[in-house]
Amino acid sequence: MIWLAVVTASLGCYLLKLAGVSVPAAWLEHHAVRRVALFLPVAMLAALVATGLFDAGGRLAVDYRLLAGMAAAVVALLLRQSFLVVILVAAATTALLRALT
Amino acid sequence: MLTTVVAVSSDNRTKIRRDALAMAAYAGAFGASFGAVSIASGLDIAQTMVLSLVMFSGASQFALVGVIGGGGGGLAAIPTALLLGARNAFYGVPITRILGRAGLRGPRRLVAAHLVIDETTAMAIARDEPDEQRYAFWATGTMLFSLWNIGSLVGALASSRVGDVGALGLDAMAPAAFLALLWPRLRVATARWVAAGGALVATLLVPLVPAGLPVLAAAPIAVVAGLLPRRRHEESS
Repeated sequence: MIWLAVVTASLGCYLLKLAGVSVPAAWLEHHAVRRVALFLPVAMLAALVATGLFDAGGRLAVDYRLLAGMAAAVVALLLRQSFLVVILVAAATTALLRALT
Repeated sequence: MLTTVVAVSSDNRTKIRRDALAMAAYAGAFGASFGAVSIASGLDIAQTMVLSLVMFSGASQFALVGVIGGGGGGLAAIPTALLLGARNAFYGVPITRILGRAGLRGPRRLVAAHLVIDETTAMAIARDEPDEQRYAFWATGTMLFSLWNIGSLVGALASSRVGDVGALGLDAMAPAAFLALLWPRLRVATARWVAAGGALVATLLVPLVPAGLPVLAAAPIAVVAGLLPRRRHEESS
């Protein structure tokens, strides 16, 4: 099942890129279409953050050490750190709290 | 500076290559974190590398392994990755203009299409001269593809040697990556509402629907927000 997802989604993502350089620009430059495309990653990335934090195998739960890692990530983002620093700070904070508690 | 010459001067080529290498080096490190997260989410090294080689789009890759890691099986992960990858199609518009019909003939189109992602588009449109834009696209694309894949492999190999994923906080890396990818998109007020709505809908649905679907359920919020009339203060941003 994982292979099916990996192969299908990979080919699909490539075909989306190929469509972008192949279809008439006017199709993609439609105002509403562009706005939907702009907001899609926003809605879904936010949903991925939320489920990553609160989904404990199909029920709502919070791992405070994970949440603290996210808070540390927000601080890093506010300090304009790069993606990589943000990710490492989150992992290190969570790991440290797990080691201590 | 001679800006009227037709070809890109060697000074500018060097400068573009240096910028491209910096971005690619960074992508290599980011790729390593992807490799680590992918293995921690239950994928094997071959699956991880197919994603980096064929999907080659960071947000979609993280989303796919994030949904699988969250217990969402394969099927919910596919549309999630595709909806996130849809933005690459829209980068095709400026890239087609930059590369031109001649630059996209035959097999070149198949290769160029694969390299159309956030970073290559940003690097290409940041240049002023058409020749420099083309050069920036290809230089960034080839270097970034190489280092992203090397990074993914290194991260996957390193992570597959780690027994306890939680102890190293690797499970915090995926949500942190999503947050970092989301952050720069929140400058527009409407986007902040869309993000809040997406997070809320997904959270409320966690106990109600199978894993993976809460994330997909956030997509209609983007559709509604996109179709609503644009607010005037948004124009400038």
